[in-house]
Amino acid sequence: MGKKGTAGNQGPQIRSDCFAALELKSKGGVEIILNSKVNALYNKSIRELALQILDFFQVKNAKLELVDRGALPFVLAARIEAAVKQCLESEGEYWLEMIPENQSLTTKDRTRRSRLYLPGNTPKLMLNAGIHKPDGIILDLEDSVAQDKKVEARLVVRNALRQVDFYGAERMVRINQLPLGLEDLSYIVPHHVNLILIPKCESADQIQTVDKKISEILVKAEMDHTIYLMPILESALGIIKAYEIASATDNVAALAIGLEDYTADLGAPRTKEGRESFFARNQVVNAARATGIQAIDSVFSDVADMEALRQVVLESKSLGFDGMGCIHPRQIKVIHEAFAPSEEEIHQAEKIVRAFDEATSQGLGVVSLGSKMIDPPVVKRAQKTIDLAVKSGMLPENWKTLNVKQGS
Amino acid sequence: MATKYVKNAVGRMIPEKINGKPVIPYQGVHQYKTTGRRYAPPLATCADYPEDGNKLEDDLKTALKKAGLKNGMTVSTHHHFRNGDLVANQVFMAASELGVKDLVWFPSASFPCHEPIIEYLENGTIHHIEGSMNGPLGRFASLGNMKGTGVLRSHGGRYQAVQDGEVVIDIAVIAAPTADSFGNGNGLTGESACGLLGFALADSQYAHKVIVVTDNLIPFPCIPWQIQGNYVDYVVEMEQIGIPEKIVSGTTQITKSPDRLFIAELTAKFCDEAGIIQDGFSFQAGAGGTSLAIGNYLGDIMREKGIKARFARGGSNQYLVDMLEEGLIDYILDGQTFDLAGVRSMRENPHHVNTSPFTSYNYHGKGNFAPLVDVVILGATEVDINFNANVVTHSDGYLLHGIGGWQNCLFSKNVILPIPLFRDRIPIIRDEVTTICGPGELIDVIVTERGIAINPRRKDLLDAVKNSQLPIRTIDELKEEAEKICGKPEPVEFGERVIAAIKWVDGTVIDVVKQVLE
Repeated sequence: MGKKGTAGNQGPQIRSDCFAALELKSKGGVEIILNSKVNALYNKSIRELALQILDFFQVKNAKLELVDRGALPFVLAARIEAAVKQCLESEGEYWLEMIPENQSLTTKDRTRRSRLYLPGNTPKLMLNAGIHKPDGIILDLEDSVAQDKKVEARLVVRNALRQVDFYGAERMVRINQLPLGLEDLSYIVPHHVNLILIPKCESADQIQTVDKKISEILVKAEMDHTIYLMPILESALGIIKAYEIASATDNVAALAIGLEDYTADLGAPRTKEGRESFFARNQVVNAARATGIQAIDSVFSDVADMEALRQVVLESKSLGFDGMGCIHPRQIKVIHEAFAPSEEEIHQAEKIVRAFDEATSQGLGVVSLGSKMIDPPVVKRAQKTIDLAVKSGMLPENWKTLNVKQGS
Repeated sequence: MATKYVKNAVGRMIPEKINGKPVIPYQGVHQYKTTGRRYAPPLATCADYPEDGNKLEDDLKTALKKAGLKNGMTVSTHHHFRNGDLVANQVFMAASELGVKDLVWFPSASFPCHEPIIEYLENGTIHHIEGSMNGPLGRFASLGNMKGTGVLRSHGGRYQAVQDGEVVIDIAVIAAPTADSFGNGNGLTGESACGLLGFALADSQYAHKVIVVTDNLIPFPCIPWQIQGNYVDYVVEMEQIGIPEKIVSGTTQITKSPDRLFIAELTAKFCDEAGIIQDGFSFQAGAGGTSLAIGNYLGDIMREKGIKARFARGGSNQYLVDMLEEGLIDYILDGQTFDLAGVRSMRENPHHVNTSPFTSYNYHGKGNFAPLVDVVILGATEVDINFNANVVTHSDGYLLHGIGGWQNCLFSKNVILPIPLFRDRIPIIRDEVTTICGPGELIDVIVTERGIAINPRRKDLLDAVKNSQLPIRTIDELKEEAEKICGKPEPVEFGERVIAAIKWVDGTVIDVVKQVLE
């Protein structure tokens, strides 16, 4: 007895987080010392939650000190559980209620223009992430989490998947580089994660290993939805193996590139013009297209320079990428605007979709526009352009009926 | 004897007496009207003043003594120097050294730099404060440590109280960044330049004795005279009256927080969609990081539409001055300047005009500017489901803010409060606010990052944005969402003792603040 465990963050800069210090005792029951910024309004509920968790792990005698800076229950629970698990071995996990909003499923080809990175051990940044309407959010367990915080971050991410409403954003998690990343999976797979990012991929084998592990966990959890994968290629070898990785399993929905590590691996400084990664970016787009999946570009790290970001996104779009990472919510709008189709593209797409509709309604197998025959992939791309235009607010959802009226 | 309480028009229980004086409970917007005549200070005679116009005294203590400082008097100071004020603390240090007791301090606002005042509250020099209390002073008062009961007024309410004689100022100490020995003073130049001295106007006109202190004494005449020497009894030259970098620090950077920027952008969008932003409109946004961002977004919309505002009400700062100089605004009617760009503009640009609580907010005026403003952007610590709002206490009951011009601005045509749905874990929209500072009937729109609630009384606004893409919700829906995220807050227990009264703009009491139990 007398074991101690600590988790969480404290200090004057910390907000919406807490620090938990647990010490097991041999007698005397449970003592909770609560120092909370929101003591006047939540003293009782914080104590109740703490007692429930300690009871769940059968901690009968202990001193728990909580320094709370306005943490929401999902954070408090994660911190307390992490402190407990440093004191005792337990297979148990304290699961909070799963909110219905976070049980939504995703599709392989859903729009993925923007995905916002959220450090897995910084709950404050998760709370309002969804209001900025990124296409996806990434709860990150890899680079943004310090080595000694890897274990407790898993619990924060797990609880966030169950409790934080991301307002319709696709819920993604970036696991650690394998093999550590394989251990992450059991903390996220049963909690309706939509897509998993696998960093520093260099072989199809890695993807298959992750995919297999996910299947096993899903079976055990008696769940049968699909969890998609987005491998990130961040090395010279990874780029060379792009096609092999993209086609490793059916569940790979997109191929992403990570330029910081890639340029480091090349030994070439990362420049604004990006000539050093031109080949790699082409290779990723090409491999993705060859497999029929999406290609996703790296992040742009100067969060203050929106104009430079816009130029980068426009280039990214011109190379064939479907989306890009963001490290700050302000980047989302710029990325969405830059990936939006042009007026001319929309106009052309409208014509194609109308022609397709007409051909279908007349029972024709062949679609034609003027004297030109239109292949199914062209129709599909036109439909995608229309979807994107609607999403970007450039076309009303009921465009088909609207325009007909105007035209008549 | 137990204190008797009566229920006022917003349902709050108000004691019959505060600091031994009878209290008039709040009766509703524009319901209470004082009759009679304006208060007037004793007549003065020029024969009693130096023929050469030189009213200089050796030091503050001498001037206070000559002004007749004695037990129980009311002494006023002003917050033009904000957190850089060096005068108020010295006034009460001198009073304490003179052995005077039970003074009432009547500041136009207090700041954390006034923490040393606690010593004079503890040693009996000051009986209580009638003015805002925040930071260490707020904590001291909230815990019930002040001898008397604090009284908080709006800037307009302060003018009203002075004008109708509810507060009689025995001695006003007015810090002037530049002054002459006759007592003319202004805030436009000097090391401690702060722009204008509007908050001291009432004091100069109505106090029995007026002391001007300055660290930039110039030969007569001091032009312009924002404070007129003809009201002034004594002038004191001091080494330093304010700390420049704290006078003009403000919160004069646009927020970088993506969440606040989001709210700011949504607020500007709302104004646009609701048809508020039209050629010749007027607006007032505060100096907080979010308000500055809203001003910026309004500017973007004005540029895009090719329109301009007839006037903007300050607090002014670089951002507002830029809009004036760009031609987006015809006039800045300024209540206080938050940075040197504001001071410079006021000094040089005739379209940047200094105002006072008299012109802007006074209840006893024959009209004032507040209702002429098309849209005002204000803050709040809490709002309830009837749109009543709190701006003075934290949800745990501690005093943390003055009222400032907040109550007065509620008379603007459209009152918008952009606030986050919750701060840390504290929901901002509540069943009941801790302290009512403004009645819900005057508050029109709450903009949060998770939706916009429009007061059902404003059917016109509801109609105007009916077909927009804006996330319009009911205030109850927003409250529920906040509680879903944060959990339902537990009721807070307070002590019995009333530690402060919150005055409405007409001098009635709209709510009281109870002692915080630690």
